[in-house]
Amino acid sequence: MKVGVVIFPGSNCDQDTVYVLNELLGQEVVSLWHKESDFDGNIDMIILPGGFSYGDYLRSGALAKFSPIMNRVVEFANNGGYVFGICNGFQILCESGLLPGALLHNTNQKFICKNIYLTPDSKMAPPTRFLPRDRSLKIPIAHGEGRYFADKETLAQMRINGQILFRYCDEKGVVSEAANPNGSVENIAGICNERMNVFGMMPHPERASDDELGNTDGRLIFESIFKYIQENG
Amino acid sequence: MSQEKVTLETARELGLLPEEFEMIKNYLGRVPNYTELSIYSVMWSEHASYKNSIKWLKTLPRKGSAILAEAGTENAGLVDIGDGMACAFKIESHNHPCAVEPYQGAATGVGGINRDIFTMGARPVAQLNSLRFGNISLDRTRWLMKGVVKGIGDYGNAFGIPVLGGEVFFNDSFNTNPLVNAMSVGLVPKDGVVSAVSKGAGNPIYIVGSATGKDGIHGATFASANITEDSAEDIPSIQVGDPFQEKILLEASLETIKTKALVGMQDMGAAGIICSTSEMSEKGGHGMRIDLDKVPLRQQNMEAWEILLSESQERMLMVVHKGREKDVEDVLNKWDINYAIIGEVTEGDTLEFYYRGKLEAKVPASSLVLGGGAPIYEREYHEPAYLSKYKEFNIDKVSEPTDLVEVAKFMVGHPNIASKRWVYEQYDTMIGTGNMTTNFPSDAGVYNLKGTNKALAMTVDCNSRYVKANPKVGTMIAVSEAARNISCTGAKPLAITNCLNFGNPYKPEVYWQFVEAIKGMGEACIKFDAPVTGGNVSFYNQSSIKGKEEAVYPSPVIGMIGLLENKNHQTTLAFKEKGHMIYLIGKAQNDIASSEYLYSYVGIKESPAPYFNLDEEYAVQNALLELIGMNLIQSAHDVSDGGLFIALFESALPRNLGFDITTDAEIRSDAFLFGEAQGRVVVSVSPSRETQFIDYMVSNKIPFTALGHVTKSEVRIDDNSYGFISDLRQIYDTSIEQKINE
Repeated sequence: MKVGVVIFPGSNCDQDTVYVLNELLGQEVVSLWHKESDFDGNIDMIILPGGFSYGDYLRSGALAKFSPIMNRVVEFANNGGYVFGICNGFQILCESGLLPGALLHNTNQKFICKNIYLTPDSKMAPPTRFLPRDRSLKIPIAHGEGRYFADKETLAQMRINGQILFRYCDEKGVVSEAANPNGSVENIAGICNERMNVFGMMPHPERASDDELGNTDGRLIFESIFKYIQENG
Repeated sequence: MSQEKVTLETARELGLLPEEFEMIKNYLGRVPNYTELSIYSVMWSEHASYKNSIKWLKTLPRKGSAILAEAGTENAGLVDIGDGMACAFKIESHNHPCAVEPYQGAATGVGGINRDIFTMGARPVAQLNSLRFGNISLDRTRWLMKGVVKGIGDYGNAFGIPVLGGEVFFNDSFNTNPLVNAMSVGLVPKDGVVSAVSKGAGNPIYIVGSATGKDGIHGATFASANITEDSAEDIPSIQVGDPFQEKILLEASLETIKTKALVGMQDMGAAGIICSTSEMSEKGGHGMRIDLDKVPLRQQNMEAWEILLSESQERMLMVVHKGREKDVEDVLNKWDINYAIIGEVTEGDTLEFYYRGKLEAKVPASSLVLGGGAPIYEREYHEPAYLSKYKEFNIDKVSEPTDLVEVAKFMVGHPNIASKRWVYEQYDTMIGTGNMTTNFPSDAGVYNLKGTNKALAMTVDCNSRYVKANPKVGTMIAVSEAARNISCTGAKPLAITNCLNFGNPYKPEVYWQFVEAIKGMGEACIKFDAPVTGGNVSFYNQSSIKGKEEAVYPSPVIGMIGLLENKNHQTTLAFKEKGHMIYLIGKAQNDIASSEYLYSYVGIKESPAPYFNLDEEYAVQNALLELIGMNLIQSAHDVSDGGLFIALFESALPRNLGFDITTDAEIRSDAFLFGEAQGRVVVSVSPSRETQFIDYMVSNKIPFTALGHVTKSEVRIDDNSYGFISDLRQIYDTSIEQKINE
């Protein structure tokens, strides 16, 4: 597997992502600078990592979509390439129109960083296809603007298409208001596009992939993606 | 140099003493102009010159086999951690800015301390914060707390550094003047360290990063005066932070270092361009010729002295080997960061600043800096009168409480003890994928040194109540508690940095607190073989309210790092399972002095420092590390704020377990459960290791007590139920957020 990790100025989870994919999961990783307008066509998947691209002073992800690399990423996605946005990367995908909906300020108006639990919803997409069915996943969140929102019609359509990938839940897997850390509509934590080649999530699987940190639930998500891509090309 | 003539009156207005004005005239051989006088006023301010503290700071132990940069020689301390790597770390205060503008004050505090780390070539990997606020029921406290925490979070989260530890302490003495201390820890290959030095005549000098504005002018001077009711008028002295710019500056600086084109580099912190130019020049034994017209400005009509003194954030001064300009500029262009060549290195020792075609200031670099020409004072001191009352305390005059369960619930919900999650959940604690304590909570933060079998432990500690009661013992305790927290993770203390927050040094009683604190710190640091690598002094932390001056509780905050040689020995504070035995290492004492219980529940504010014995403390910690090395214990948590009960409770929390213990009939129950005698650690031991554990303790003559065992979920003491852990957790978790939102 060859993965391209895009680095915007202000990205700050890029090296974490590279470390996990390369050192821990043994994948080939190339770093893609935001000023580049092209990349190697052999890349299997692009990851837009977390951070505060261009400072995120206007609105999270709002400026990154205008960068040269993003034109190429959009083209890559439209041709069926796999694109995965984590946290700020998810925000950028929504801002770019590759994914439906938007990410608003958390309801408590504060940045929140803690471990939360996720339960997969649609089991058809790459990040969820090969996840264990019998338990929730413990994955950290770290964001100020992570409240997912989409209008009713869009949500209905997403449900029908199997585009809702993850919902916030409690340790036992129960989806409830109390388990919703940021006020996301229907506890949504991660989604994909209709074609299921573009996906994004607010929680950080790369922060739950190292055995030495005592939690490897995030690995399961990466491994599911890799397996899916290997099987489906 | 045609500037208005200055007089002694002008010097006074800038915060200089008459004798200092005379010194300046002697150094220059003439009367300084206004620009020059401004330069001396900031460089000789307390904040930049340490003029009232350096004499005592030099008595601290500063040498050790692992020390790579001795205190005061670089922007931060530097310690060898093996495998060709070094750890740069430092703590700094931003108290005064936070008192008037908490959000920006705290944000720029985080920015400043991180620049101190990466200016040495180290990548910052972890942050710690030590915060002190006034009474949480005051609107002002809530405003300060919300602003400070958001400021730290917004800046550090965007910059991309995890918070690995910290402390939050409430006391009325901080009602006006909060203490906001930030510590940063960075990693650098030993051969990649950059010095803050300038030399080599003809080498170009670059200013890199943000444009210079009028923000923060005289900030160092502002930090060297009391906070008064008029302090809000000093708001222009406060800098504004831009974490995005800092992140770019970090990456661009570290990448520039790799070109090997740098002679030296120093960030612009307090006292701005003048501080960096003079310190780098003095260190390299050279001068500089600077053209202030070349400095990128963000405001029009700035005077020379304003450009020199501006504390605009996110700026770096780089001295580049002549002929290597392109290599440096290629990197800076890649990162789209602003830069300009503003001058060059000259022979000699003189700094010359030109502006609009005129020589605006000409001063010898060495006359400005600490260790050079800056004044050094020894202030008068004597024991404060207030202590007589502290010494009168007698435990026998305090009656024992009838309802210990009620006391326990009070303690669990007290803001100084309750969960600080309202604070730390606003900080990114996991970025960098190195925080080993997210899922394995322990007394100190533990950072994974990837690719090695080691980890770094780190903590910040100080109990201001103890220091107020006895500055010497209180500071020894601060060092010892820091070491204890490090030891509880399985790591060995390596070195400390300190942030010395005191009142007005011109008050003999305040200065006495400072001197005693330094003495205590030195003694404890020698015992733990943890030398002082540097830090920061913050005087004038006192509030002048309606004419009455009140100093804050003296707070010599200790930031300590330690090395965990074997990650497999990382030890957490959490009880592991029902049935494990609970032991206390160290001796229980019939002591409640200066405890949170005595201060807040009983209401007696004046009592001596708690029981403390440095040798016993050291023996306990040494034993702890050996027990961990032999895999004989399942958890370790030190007994500190709130006493034994709180230590047991906090060990039970992570896995929702309970505990069942008996108290000692020889000791008052309140002292046994809530006393804060030092040198104690709660450990849990699995039944299969119990014999070995006891054998070790007995043969090494370390005092210990069997307390009881871990239970499924109920807390029982002497056969009385204190409720279920889930009920106590509810109080503990929500107390602070309830009080803030009241």
